Amino acid sequence: MTHRSFLWFIFPSLAAMVLFIAMPIVSVFLQSLHVEHPQVLIQTENCGPFGCKQTTTVDSEATAALKSEKPLGQFNGLDTYTNRNHLAFTEVSNAWATSDGIGNFISKLMNLPFYRALAFTLTYTFIVTPFVIVLGLMIALGVNRLPKLFKGPTIFVSLLPMIVTPLIGSLILFWMIDAEGILGAALQRIFDDNSLSLKASPSLTWIMLIIYGIWHSAPFAFIVFYAGLQTVPKDTLEAAMIDGASRWQRVRYVVVPYMAPLVTFILLMQLMDNFRVFEPIVGFSAEASATSLSWIIFNDLRGGADPLFGSAATTSMLTILGVLVLLTPVLIRTWRTSYRKVV
Amino acid sequence: MFLKKMALAGAITMTAGGFASACQINGNVSILGNDFPALHAVTDGAKTCAGGSVTANHNKDYKDVMVAALTANPAEFSSVIGNNGVLVTLMNDGLVRSLDDLVAKHGQSLNPSQLVTVDGKVMAIAFMANAQHLFYRADILSKAGVAAPTTYEEVLAAAEAIKAAGLMEHPFAINTKAGWNLGEEFVNMYMGSGGEFFKAGTAEISVNNDHGIATLNMLKSLVSYSNPDFLTFDSNATQALWESGDLAMATMWGTRGAAVLDDEGSTEMVVSSTVLSGAPTWGGGSTPATTLWWDGFTIAANASDADAEASFQALMNGIGKDVITANNDKAVWLGEGYTPSATSAGVAASASSGANPYPMLPFMGLLHGAAGAELADFLQGNETAEQALSDMEAAYTASAKEKGFLK
Repeated sequence: MTHRSFLWFIFPSLAAMVLFIAMPIVSVFLQSLHVEHPQVLIQTENCGPFGCKQTTTVDSEATAALKSEKPLGQFNGLDTYTNRNHLAFTEVSNAWATSDGIGNFISKLMNLPFYRALAFTLTYTFIVTPFVIVLGLMIALGVNRLPKLFKGPTIFVSLLPMIVTPLIGSLILFWMIDAEGILGAALQRIFDDNSLSLKASPSLTWIMLIIYGIWHSAPFAFIVFYAGLQTVPKDTLEAAMIDGASRWQRVRYVVVPYMAPLVTFILLMQLMDNFRVFEPIVGFSAEASATSLSWIIFNDLRGGADPLFGSAATTSMLTILGVLVLLTPVLIRTWRTSYRKVV
Repeated sequence: MFLKKMALAGAITMTAGGFASACQINGNVSILGNDFPALHAVTDGAKTCAGGSVTANHNKDYKDVMVAALTANPAEFSSVIGNNGVLVTLMNDGLVRSLDDLVAKHGQSLNPSQLVTVDGKVMAIAFMANAQHLFYRADILSKAGVAAPTTYEEVLAAAEAIKAAGLMEHPFAINTKAGWNLGEEFVNMYMGSGGEFFKAGTAEISVNNDHGIATLNMLKSLVSYSNPDFLTFDSNATQALWESGDLAMATMWGTRGAAVLDDEGSTEMVVSSTVLSGAPTWGGGSTPATTLWWDGFTIAANASDADAEASFQALMNGIGKDVITANNDKAVWLGEGYTPSATSAGVAASASSGANPYPMLPFMGLLHGAAGAELADFLQGNETAEQALSDMEAAYTASAKEKGFLK
């Protein structure tokens, strides 16, 4: 294919990507560099069913005039990125200067909303992803050994956690782990502790969210691995058997290397998916103990009456940056292996 | 099934048609509002008007669509039914019109107190009131041998007595879910302390003071008598706990009163002994620790004059005497025809003992959000009250700068 025809060939998808992916990101980036115009405030007397009061209101006409002049707001540079609700440069350097140890510094860092969310997001990503891959492979190997009759129903049941919408799935579990719910009550009985509550302690909330994440995503890894297992060459496996390889050795030295590209695929998907963890936090009402970057964006837009577009845009850009940083090692590795093969 | 629905719809229209008191409009009316029974009653009343089309969109997330919908010209909705906070948001962007001429023309039946005026101009017509106040179980309190509490100190003492008597492990609840609910409880309690949220005449926050610290300590003492899950408690959760008989005292919204006192979802024992009383005071103050909210309607600035007049007329019909009489127990109505009942006793008592309305400041929403996000750490015991309040101030300042309220 000549370069020219190749270009025409991918032109439609390239145009769609520029229009629907690149341009929105650019506009979000521009938004993140701006804050709203100074509001023109006036003193007025407000009256209502509960009496009159002297109070401050926005002079909407004067503010609207400012807005129509520059609809994006006033240019703020990277100040939103470095302010207290995001990267908090001043607060972090203060914390560093006044801390008497690394533990003290970390506890001060965890008091800042962005770093608190980042800590949970990363912990969640780095624990859920490997568990999902290992568990998915184990389920796939197990299901693959089942007699034909049971395979269909087992696959269906194993896929259920993924079919359930994350928000609904987490809500159902939220009610089950309630002190009055079946899981919560059972745990209290087992540990003989009436005050044991999965929702109250931050560490238990983290564990609960992570277990939920593994439960929800394992079927995805399972179905990919299961499809991959069907293509593992039978003759290589049989040759290994003749050489006296145990089942474990066959899995370790034949199946796993054969599935390596699938592992990379699932790793990439899971890193991206888990980094934007959001629904379980809403479903489990866990925002007091665990927040994520996506949750911060949601909270900026929907948390109060006034959406903070600049903040939301800033956190979005930082999230994109985070995904890039996370994926780079995996991508470099993939590129190297495929490059080596060509040479 | 479809036929059944049609028949049902027809029947409803016919009964609703019974109210029609010669309401004649000349224009198209579209109403946006929250989704709860009292508002359905209002819009159903508006729909009985003849001469133009009347449509209503009831949506729990109406706040998220209203600004965009009313910014369009012509506006997507000719009227928004909102509350104190919503009016501030709409007015910040100049999206609602002054109702002075419409009130003069069609508003003779309104009580003067229903007119919400800003700078002398009527901007909204309030028709119902809401507030958080104390609910208590008379039977449990008498078993524990304590009188009905009127201050939060007495609530604490009563909770201790109930616990000591072995009646309940966690006798008290309050809507302390991290986020908006927790922010609202902080605002309520702080109002009861008599403190000011901002430095006079500015948008500069000032809550890291004795009032703020006392407020947080009171909240922490209260939640120590709550189930340890308290940071997940919203209105639905506390109502469910109440109806299942797990609580002896709770601070809940007045609008939940009707649902608690109806014959669904609970037992006779709980319902018959539930009493709705005014919001308690605390710390020797005389102002009840709550904020009063009104619900009312506004008319879009970007609606045509004919549609605006039609909307006003239709909604005046929707909050008229007939609708109020027929739906008496669904809300604490402000208009003529309302007979106070057991479900409204708490809101009425709070209002009459001098509770303050929720502050109508343009930057109040940001303070509310900062409180909801930053104070959970203190209630979990992770940091001091001073630290939590200074975090809250810092979070507010950062977002107020972004919104252009602070330099």
